Amino acid sequence: MTRFFFRHFDRTAIGFITTLLFIAIVVPFLNLEVPESSLFHIPTYLVSLWGKYLAYALLALALDLVWGYCGILSLGHGAFFALGGYAMGMNLMRQIGARGVYADPVLPDFMVFLNWKELPVTWYFFDHFGYALLMIVLVPSAIAFVFGWFAFRSRVTGVYLSIITQSLTYALLLAFFRNDMGFGGNNGLTDFKDILGFPVQAASTRAALFALTALFLALGFLLARAMVVSRFGQILASIRDAESRTRFLGYRVEHYKVMVFVVSAAMAGIAGALYVPQVGIINPSEFSPSNSIEAVIWVAVGGRGTLIGAAIGAVLVNFAKTWLTGTFPELWLYGLGALFILVTLFLPKGIVGSLSARVQRIKGSGAA
Amino acid sequence: MSVDLTDSILYVDAVSVSFDGFKALNDLSFVVGRGELRAIIGPNGAGKTTMMDIVTGKTRPDKGMVVFDGSIDLTTRDESTIASLGIGRKFQKPTVFEGQTVEDNLLLAVEGPRSAWSSLFGWRSGVSVDQVLEALSIIRLGDLKHRLAGSLSHGQKQWLEIGMLLAQNPKLLLVDEPVAGMTDAETEETARLLTSIAGDHAVVVVEHDMSFVRALQCKVTCLHEGSVLAEGSIDAVSANDRVIDVYLGR
Repeated sequence: MTRFFFRHFDRTAIGFITTLLFIAIVVPFLNLEVPESSLFHIPTYLVSLWGKYLAYALLALALDLVWGYCGILSLGHGAFFALGGYAMGMNLMRQIGARGVYADPVLPDFMVFLNWKELPVTWYFFDHFGYALLMIVLVPSAIAFVFGWFAFRSRVTGVYLSIITQSLTYALLLAFFRNDMGFGGNNGLTDFKDILGFPVQAASTRAALFALTALFLALGFLLARAMVVSRFGQILASIRDAESRTRFLGYRVEHYKVMVFVVSAAMAGIAGALYVPQVGIINPSEFSPSNSIEAVIWVAVGGRGTLIGAAIGAVLVNFAKTWLTGTFPELWLYGLGALFILVTLFLPKGIVGSLSARVQRIKGSGAA
Repeated sequence: MSVDLTDSILYVDAVSVSFDGFKALNDLSFVVGRGELRAIIGPNGAGKTTMMDIVTGKTRPDKGMVVFDGSIDLTTRDESTIASLGIGRKFQKPTVFEGQTVEDNLLLAVEGPRSAWSSLFGWRSGVSVDQVLEALSIIRLGDLKHRLAGSLSHGQKQWLEIGMLLAQNPKLLLVDEPVAGMTDAETEETARLLTSIAGDHAVVVVEHDMSFVRALQCKVTCLHEGSVLAEGSIDAVSANDRVIDVYLGR
């Protein structure tokens, strides 16, 4: 029966990856090659909008890896997403060069406005794209490592851990709001011109970013899935279900937790880096605790501990958000709250979790 | 004490620990020999579970010494280190990985590399399947090996947890109230199981059920208020006036 289940699940996994690769090719094609008059043409704003959804899906995937498989309910994953986004934003700011309002060849506009004379050390080397890429992964991972090392070694679990993850993102929110932190204060980073020399506003750049986001979502899924089906993933599940049993069997629970937390933070950072050029701005509000909580809702709606469900949940909830905030702006928060309550009551395993349970039941009764 | 240190698998010497002024263990000393089966009895609050917490590294003693295998001081080590040194512990409430199969539960317990890296890059490599099969036959759950552990009966979960301890191949097993909630037949079976394990492994059983303790036919240590009240055969201990006082109340 287990083998049946895995075979079934593998097929779903292959389907998911195929779908992502398919839209990575077809959506840019329909956007760039099909004339605007055609029914099949996809306008650029939609490409970027869906690119944003896919970046959120990668964040949800990262969150599901720690929450669904290891029971670590992080209410601060938005922090890693935002840090990756800032690292990308800093590179984009430096690529503006002398084309800013104040035409300073080195300093971004907000620094000139604050009357700063030289570039802060934190901004050094961000003009190199490779360095920015490194920081996109390194900064969230390093913060996750230090945070995880102390929290998991001290055996902070459950609601206490959730609360301190929330404090982490809130502390970063307050820090990034400050002008003297040197990250643009409450305005954040914006007015981007180029990415790697390509104009960010151009339809072709947007299409390429969309395709890249879909690819990274597929890669992130592959990595997360490889981890959860390995013995490592089996031990993560053991930690989630009976932490002290695992520890008394001789496993170093804190090492496992730190490792999965760091991988997840790096994935969230990459998601943030893909998000920023597509929305064109990053500011401290990305650190706000409500963003992280929303990400938890996406995972719960799609199905905790299913990976695919997390990604689907992120896309569905954000699609609903775009639609509702467009038509009935005042209703969105009620809608989100109602969604969370309804899913908890009627679909405790989320959309994908409930579906796969049903498929399993049908297969089980067929085999018996 | 005249017992030779090198002959003992566990040597607990003058251990005291208090929680918020309450002395859970008070100068507790006892010795368990290699391969010995030992029952520990005592009224509620006598310090039985605290003693296990000290030995397995969950709690640090305020003073005293716990020596394992003749030379290793356990009081400075944590749970996972102590487990890898060869001490297995069964909890009072049966604790197994309910979402995984009986076989997978045992595979997780089998001795072998435990680090996160080894688990990430070596799927079940270096883990002996023979030990899983052996444990399955000892605990008689071979027919149920593909069942989810969560679907087992209470008694079967207790056995599975003992099987996981066996798969660990420890030198010392600490078993906390193994027959709580078991039927008479299951209790008898568990006594037989633990007696057969002893010899290859030292086994320390904490239990309330006197007929079960009698069936173990081993040396009994009675704890009271954190120290040893009496030690000897079950008949000698249960005839001891102080033991009778403690159990029946004054």
